[in-house]
Amino acid sequence: MADANVLHEGQETVHRHEPPKSFIRKYIFSLDHKVIGIQYLTLALVAVFVGMTLSVLMRMNLTWPDVNWPLLGTIKPEVYLSLLTIHGTIMVFFVLTTAPQGGFGNYILPIQIGADDMAFPVLNMLSFWVTLVGFIVLIAAFFVQGGAPIGGWTAYPPLSAVPSAGPGQGTGMNLWIISIAIFCVGSLLGALNFITTLLNLRAKGMSLMRMPLTCWAWFTTAVLALLAFPVLLAAGVLLFLDRNAGTSFFLPAGLYFGRDVLKNAGGSPILWQHLFWFFGHPEVYIAILPGMGATSHILSTFARKPVFGYRAMVFAIFAIGLLGFFVWGHHMFISGMSPYSAMAFSILTLAIGVPSAVKTFNWLGTLWGAKIRFTTPMLFAIGFVSLFVAGGITGLVLGQTSLDLPMHDTYFVLGHFHLVMGVAAIFGMFAGIYFWFPKMFGKMMSEKLGRIHFWITFIGVYSIFIPMHIMGIVGMPRRYAQFSDKNGQIYGFLASLHPLVLFVTVAAIITFFTQFIFLFNLVWSLFKGKKAGDNPWEATTLEWATSSPPPHDNFAGHPPVVYRGAYEFSVPGAPNDFVMQTEPDAEESGSRAQQDSSGNGHDGHKH
Amino acid sequence: MGRALGILIWLLTLGTVVLFFSGWWFPTTITEHGPQVDQQFMITIIVVAIAFVAAQIGLGYMVWRYRANAQNKDERALYTHGNNRLEVIWTVVTAVVFIGLAVMGQRVWANLRFSEAPAGSFQVEVVAQQFAWNLHYPGPDGKLGHTDPTLIDDQDNPIGLDRKDLGARDDIVGSTLVLPVNRPAELILRSKDVTHSFWVPQLRFKQDLVPGMQIHVHFTPTKVGQFQLACAELCGMTHYKMQGTLLVLPQDQLNDLMARPKDEFQSRVEELKKMYEVGAIYDEQGKTKLGMSY
Repeated sequence: MADANVLHEGQETVHRHEPPKSFIRKYIFSLDHKVIGIQYLTLALVAVFVGMTLSVLMRMNLTWPDVNWPLLGTIKPEVYLSLLTIHGTIMVFFVLTTAPQGGFGNYILPIQIGADDMAFPVLNMLSFWVTLVGFIVLIAAFFVQGGAPIGGWTAYPPLSAVPSAGPGQGTGMNLWIISIAIFCVGSLLGALNFITTLLNLRAKGMSLMRMPLTCWAWFTTAVLALLAFPVLLAAGVLLFLDRNAGTSFFLPAGLYFGRDVLKNAGGSPILWQHLFWFFGHPEVYIAILPGMGATSHILSTFARKPVFGYRAMVFAIFAIGLLGFFVWGHHMFISGMSPYSAMAFSILTLAIGVPSAVKTFNWLGTLWGAKIRFTTPMLFAIGFVSLFVAGGITGLVLGQTSLDLPMHDTYFVLGHFHLVMGVAAIFGMFAGIYFWFPKMFGKMMSEKLGRIHFWITFIGVYSIFIPMHIMGIVGMPRRYAQFSDKNGQIYGFLASLHPLVLFVTVAAIITFFTQFIFLFNLVWSLFKGKKAGDNPWEATTLEWATSSPPPHDNFAGHPPVVYRGAYEFSVPGAPNDFVMQTEPDAEESGSRAQQDSSGNGHDGHKH
Repeated sequence: MGRALGILIWLLTLGTVVLFFSGWWFPTTITEHGPQVDQQFMITIIVVAIAFVAAQIGLGYMVWRYRANAQNKDERALYTHGNNRLEVIWTVVTAVVFIGLAVMGQRVWANLRFSEAPAGSFQVEVVAQQFAWNLHYPGPDGKLGHTDPTLIDDQDNPIGLDRKDLGARDDIVGSTLVLPVNRPAELILRSKDVTHSFWVPQLRFKQDLVPGMQIHVHFTPTKVGQFQLACAELCGMTHYKMQGTLLVLPQDQLNDLMARPKDEFQSRVEELKKMYEVGAIYDEQGKTKLGMSY
């Protein structure tokens, strides 16, 4: 497109959207998906540092209980449990849901499909502000009478439904439910927007099978969010009514608290668990799928190779998304649920390992025969694969009914899910931020600091979470405020674990402080980073076909036209080792885009 | 960089494997089904280990072997979009292994959960509360008496036993779970307030106690000894020290205990507790210490 005024057939006339002039409309109540994406990322960054701080306090108490800390004092059991509850809630909702989808998805998806914004910009702005309110309400729970709730992020009733069941279960618990309900609304608005945008606003030539795998991941995540969050919202409303309106959805007859028999009757505590995990298990995939998408994208870019098995990758994302709705019962094998349904859930659970394994095989296939460039985003993407395998594979243990008898609610579970949906997902986001930072801010991040951040964090997370599996095998239950008190070790069978507990805490503290290197890199690069060109990584997808940062309407009034699949690297005979999606085929110069393109992610290069 | 990363991935893999062989493991099991659980765990962990090690070695090899460097900077990467035959092979192989494991894992589960407790099981009702365990024994009549939450008295009647009920008159309520060795035990699990979970690592057994439900479970202890009972479901402020005791006794000691007047029950239990070291395993007669379970 040498001359911007020459229009292709059917292409809209040049129509630039100018950015708003006022500071408030531009940066605060912005309708621009890029600004909203950065707002989401900033929220997640604040949230992740809060969540991490809480986890370090927890590790300190587990390792050195009853110590009178300067400034903090002694961490009492109820305080420990409130740290635990808020840590889990912040990390799952305000980090692992907010950053990969609301942050990266918002910023990158419209550009990658060649749109000038999301389908519903006002809805998009609302979804961010609603989410922010949810976060503020959650944090407020620390400052009300009784403190933050102590029932864990899973909030099982009756503990969560009866205010007298413990400190923090009064006002704090009400605020928790309100926060989660607000969050659900924000996520639903976001999900609707993602789905509509992806289906309707793709650029000319951007057939579904030419989309980057990131877009498939964000799309599937949005579908999961659309189906899962309403269930949590409904459950939250019922729980709120049980607490404040005298209903009995989750409360059976005969509950005895503080010398009184409650008047409730007819409810079931297990009903909450079904509703919660019907949301909660898809939520795991909401957290991890965008990381998988980013990893596929970044591996291919720096391997200088097309994604191995693009079509299989798309099917695997779908299979994971679909099966993800049929496995919630594996959280409930020993809950009192029917043992027959436990068996069905168990088999479905191990079946979901198959598409996960397929993804891993294809990542390895992508690296096979590659010419790997070890940039910081690539290091984190490779780290993602390693951690995803390490964390995911123990699902084979936990998914089995009989093995859940010893392993349920032990540190084995903690090690498993922290590796796979916690740090693997976080590694996906680190890969994403190092990769897309140049696009977002027009500056490169420091590679040197990035590498230091990677090496220590990678060793750190292995050191924290692998030993937890061993603790679980020995029998250490999770959610214990401490394992010894003034009279010594409480449970003799856990006594031998002390060196491991200490090791994990030291690793956690080192890893925690290492994250400040990342924070410093982020801020420093914003001001002092080397200037990034439009396409510093020599990548192929549409976000690299516009300026860094992109203009308000993303493509300066010239919607891109797509001629090929997303990952055309090292094409034999091509002048460069990457062919951008916008580059017309030499002999056909543009006409391909108008043909039906049921491509395999690589039109015209079938084997 | 590629070599360093490859080596690091291998070292982390090695470290992980070494940690699993470092001696920290399950405490010795004391139930009939325990060895089957342990066996299934071993089979699974071997599959897990093979898959984990193979994937990490493969990943480490790829980043070592296929790094871009000064020598190969003019060459291009292999141009391929995949291989359908490979996709089919690895999909089918993992499906067979994973689903095979899931099916195998049902055997122990089915034995424990698909059938009722065998006739002649020793019956105890376990009533959990924040943050204590109450054990309700049927007494000589073999019938668990009626309970009613409105009759609960925190000091004298923690489970609300209805003393007007004939079946309840000989019932014993204590704070120690006493079971006979080599006889199936049937536990009826209830909770007064919030959800708790019954967890004795040596039993290889865990089950939630859910308010509003009576959950029947069964297993057979095969070793005599005293073991700690923990709560495995977050139940409130001092969940971490909701500690109880499981005492597995030789048949004759148990018969003797149950034949005594019920007001002597707890004091006799305290005497028996002194005879068995916590965490140690004894032979069927309770005479010889076979070793520690951990």
